Amino acid sequence: MRVLPALCLLLVGTACHAETPQQIIQTYAADAAARQPGFTPSAKRGAALFHQRFALNDKMPACTSCHTDSPLNAGQHAVTGKAIRPLAVAVNGERFADPAKVEKWFGRNCKEVVGRACTPGEKADFVAYMSAVR
Amino acid sequence: MKRIALSLLLGVTLPALADRLPLPADTPASYPAECGSCHLAYPPALLAGGDWQRIMAGLDDHFATDAAVDAQKRQEITAFLERHAGNAGKLGNAGDPPRISTTARFVRKHREVPAKLWRDPRVKSAANCEACHRGATEGNYSEHDITIRELKR
Repeated sequence: MRVLPALCLLLVGTACHAETPQQIIQTYAADAAARQPGFTPSAKRGAALFHQRFALNDKMPACTSCHTDSPLNAGQHAVTGKAIRPLAVAVNGERFADPAKVEKWFGRNCKEVVGRACTPGEKADFVAYMSAVR
Repeated sequence: MKRIALSLLLGVTLPALADRLPLPADTPASYPAECGSCHLAYPPALLAGGDWQRIMAGLDDHFATDAAVDAQKRQEITAFLERHAGNAGKLGNAGDPPRISTTARFVRKHREVPAKLWRDPRVKSAANCEACHRGATEGNYSEHDITIRELKR
């Protein structure tokens, strides 16, 4: 983690900055509240989203297809077989620390698995679950 | 005479070198970041320049996945891959879409791997170099350093 600030210095101008999962949740939550007054992030809704079976993609019907039933576990890419480190912050402190990276993977995975872009509210809930799950 | 000595020397060292494929020193940070999440950031020498160009031109439908990157990164990564691409003649045809695992070189190097091991859940696909080559991330593809016991030599 100590290398992260140094890396960011090297990458000045490429929008790399470290944040905490809480800050990332807050940014998404503020965005969600602007559309839906009174919105508060919910780890419970995040858990439901993580376990929901969308079944749009044969090889990746749900988040769990690659990330397993528990975000505390290491996963495996459903197509390539590559190992995937756990999503839960409790076991992988590098998760949800770079807003650009988080946004990139929501972009790719929501499109592929959910079949559309995820809403800011869904993203806030999802990150809340990944920060809370023990 | 010197030339003979040199070729003898090369003949002795090259087979070992061929199993060492570390990422070049000038690898842009965008390469492992954008191309090393779903699969290993493959050594550029494993495909010919023209094949890398085709891969990079079709990232929005990359083996049924949208792996598109922004224009600046695409340029940077394509230039890097072309700079270090392998020799098309030695690699053999990679097919369409190009796949490293279709090249004659890959097929020859893996001809002793039984079909059931390719289907093993630990391996899952030929894209998963690290399943067997535990040092693949560091560029070590030596057949003496294979994790799966049945394939160990």
